Amino acid sequence: MKLITHLSFLTLCATTATADLTSSIEKLRSVGREGSGNTDASEAWQEVVKTEASNLPAVFEGMNGANPLAENWIRAAVDTIVDRTLATQKELPISELKAFIADTKHSAAPRVLAFDLIRKVSPEEAEKITPSLLEDPSSDLRRYPIVKLIEDGEKLLGKKDTQAAGATFEKALISARDEDQIKKLTKSLRDLGKKVNLVKHFGFLTEWHLIAPFTNVERKGFNEVFPAEKEINLATTYPGKTGQVKWVEYKSTDEYGMIDFNKPFGMEKQVTGYAYTEFNSTEEREAEIRLGCKNGWKIWLNGKLIFARDEYHRGMKLDQYKLPAKLQKGKNAILVKCCQNEQTEEWTVEWQFQLRVCDSTGTAISSAP
Amino acid sequence: MNHPLIAKFLRLSACALFSFDSAALANDWLQFRGPDSGAVANESSGPGSKVQIGWKTDLPGRGLSSPIVVGDKVFITCSSGPEQQSLHVFCFDASNGKPIWERVMRATGRTMSHNKTCVAAPTPCSDGKRVFALFSSNDLFAFDLDGNLLWLRGLTYDYSNASNSLGMSQSPTVIGGALVIQSENDSESFAAGIDVKTGVNLWKIDRPKAANWTSAVHWNPDGGQALVALQSSKGLLGLDPFSGKQVWDYADGASTIPSSAVGSGALFAVSHGITALKPDGNSISQLWRNEELNPGTASPLALGNALYVVNKAGVLIKAKLSNGDEEWKLRLKGPISGSPVAAGQYIYIASERGDFQVIDTSAKEGAVVQTLVLKETILCTPAIAKGAIFIRSDGTLWRLNG
Repeated sequence: MKLITHLSFLTLCATTATADLTSSIEKLRSVGREGSGNTDASEAWQEVVKTEASNLPAVFEGMNGANPLAENWIRAAVDTIVDRTLATQKELPISELKAFIADTKHSAAPRVLAFDLIRKVSPEEAEKITPSLLEDPSSDLRRYPIVKLIEDGEKLLGKKDTQAAGATFEKALISARDEDQIKKLTKSLRDLGKKVNLVKHFGFLTEWHLIAPFTNVERKGFNEVFPAEKEINLATTYPGKTGQVKWVEYKSTDEYGMIDFNKPFGMEKQVTGYAYTEFNSTEEREAEIRLGCKNGWKIWLNGKLIFARDEYHRGMKLDQYKLPAKLQKGKNAILVKCCQNEQTEEWTVEWQFQLRVCDSTGTAISSAP
Repeated sequence: MNHPLIAKFLRLSACALFSFDSAALANDWLQFRGPDSGAVANESSGPGSKVQIGWKTDLPGRGLSSPIVVGDKVFITCSSGPEQQSLHVFCFDASNGKPIWERVMRATGRTMSHNKTCVAAPTPCSDGKRVFALFSSNDLFAFDLDGNLLWLRGLTYDYSNASNSLGMSQSPTVIGGALVIQSENDSESFAAGIDVKTGVNLWKIDRPKAANWTSAVHWNPDGGQALVALQSSKGLLGLDPFSGKQVWDYADGASTIPSSAVGSGALFAVSHGITALKPDGNSISQLWRNEELNPGTASPLALGNALYVVNKAGVLIKAKLSNGDEEWKLRLKGPISGSPVAAGQYIYIASERGDFQVIDTSAKEGAVVQTLVLKETILCTPAIAKGAIFIRSDGTLWRLNG
């Protein structure tokens, strides 16, 4: 009887502890913009970090679907729990963490964190998991098997087995999502005489209609509503900065999908241009529109403004802006406004952007025929 | 949030904090360019004329931020990962360089930057009890000295166009209960006072829409309640750090890279060369201007009765604090990105190529009395505490003992 009572008490304690942990994690998940929820989160964090390492999977689960601020609260808690556990020579629940990583229903962030933890405390276990991550939904986790494949390919090259090396690089490229790895693999494959289609791999949209120039004197064009923002009629002409302007077809041949207004319209300054295209989605779905642009810009998807930014000539890179977007089934209208400013330095000539449609891991989504 | 009672409470808290902890804090190096952002340590805190490596430790990521020293602990930030999205806050034992704790967070804002800089560019700061770590991604974290997370903010998560594609580097500063941060860029440009206890805004003001890499300085020549001076291309703005209210405004333009200096009851603005300013109540008057004193990337330094400026050619210029007249020039090993710091008669500065130089300002024409070759790229400003220099590269943190 005593034993039953004791077990019941332990069960109750465990249940209470779990409930407390869940409640505390929920407070971490409730943080929001401008510091809202910080005070409650700070108190809850002190409770979360008291939990035993055996509860780490439950802590990781708290990151599922959490906002990025809440993810960071939980990251710091995990670091603290792990530090205390390792300092007291206790073990981490490696098997449970491996199972957590293997379950792709969990969000990417906690799975990446779990993998980083295993890499830190048990590199050999991390190495065992690595090959299974090649098609992972997380581009962060894909990096590791791709590093390994690149190493394998280079070893094969060292043995003069170019056929096997090429096959290894190709396998890696199919799964690669990060630009640095893609560039490296592209070079290796091209050195072997193989073709790589980066436009297709990244999913750049290369066929557009462009219209320009409208004014952007004193950068006022950024907020001025020109006709393209009111209607898309590709057959109509409109009054522009220096005369009537009309839509022209433009197809980019750049392998990074650059849409260069300077090509059809000349190297104008203090001007505004628009680019329009249609993207055909086979289904209604969540997606990302990813943009690189060093001019002022705005983007509309199906008539709805999704982001605008008035920064000029501070730099441009692939996927500089990752914009969550909801594609509708069938035709999706994408309109980009691209403003050039008054600067005259050599490095301010560019009036261009690159845009691709992909999922949240960076996997290209192609426009259906 | 500009409530007068809150501002009053924070001022009282600030006075209490300073009176209680002032002795302990006086020997610490709590922010970019140290005590009151003056870049000058107590003589006893400095290493003197000759330094040697006391210890060095590896860092896992890039960083231009300076170390700060709070008691026996050194804090430093790094960024790592293919997109620099991993944000590290480290605490080391100042005596032996052993790690005490590390927290690795993830950027919620944009991490793009020019190759020369990185996401760990702003220097953290401390009020002696908490460490505030800001990154170029606009992620801001408050930890206690033992690594417990107290609160966090994602300032680009809050204000979605607050970013600079070249990277941001404005270091936060704390005055009593107010943490002052700047996120000044071409788009959504602002400064804010943040409650050190909760991380919520005390105030927030729009700032000029122009990229800005300068950091705020403290202004409290009489040892009373400090103001914070925010520098931008428009000039220098004196604010009450607890309410964000403007106290004075110098609007004749200023640099957006080197920050201004303070010392001997004057502000030395990087404006038309150097312009010495004397705030008085709600007004500010010009004491002198020397358009020949043009700092490069390094911020000027007021030490004793002289102002020291490192120009673009890597020449250290000594000028009289009283009128800006030049006294001597001394060529340093350059190029130089970090700012000079000083203790006693010695100035300490590192070149980008890792030449750590000790300058004796008491020599007739100034003299480089030691060059310690650290063999790594150094872009940061050193910290001085505990009779030593603390300095970092992308891969290493050093303690240089006297």
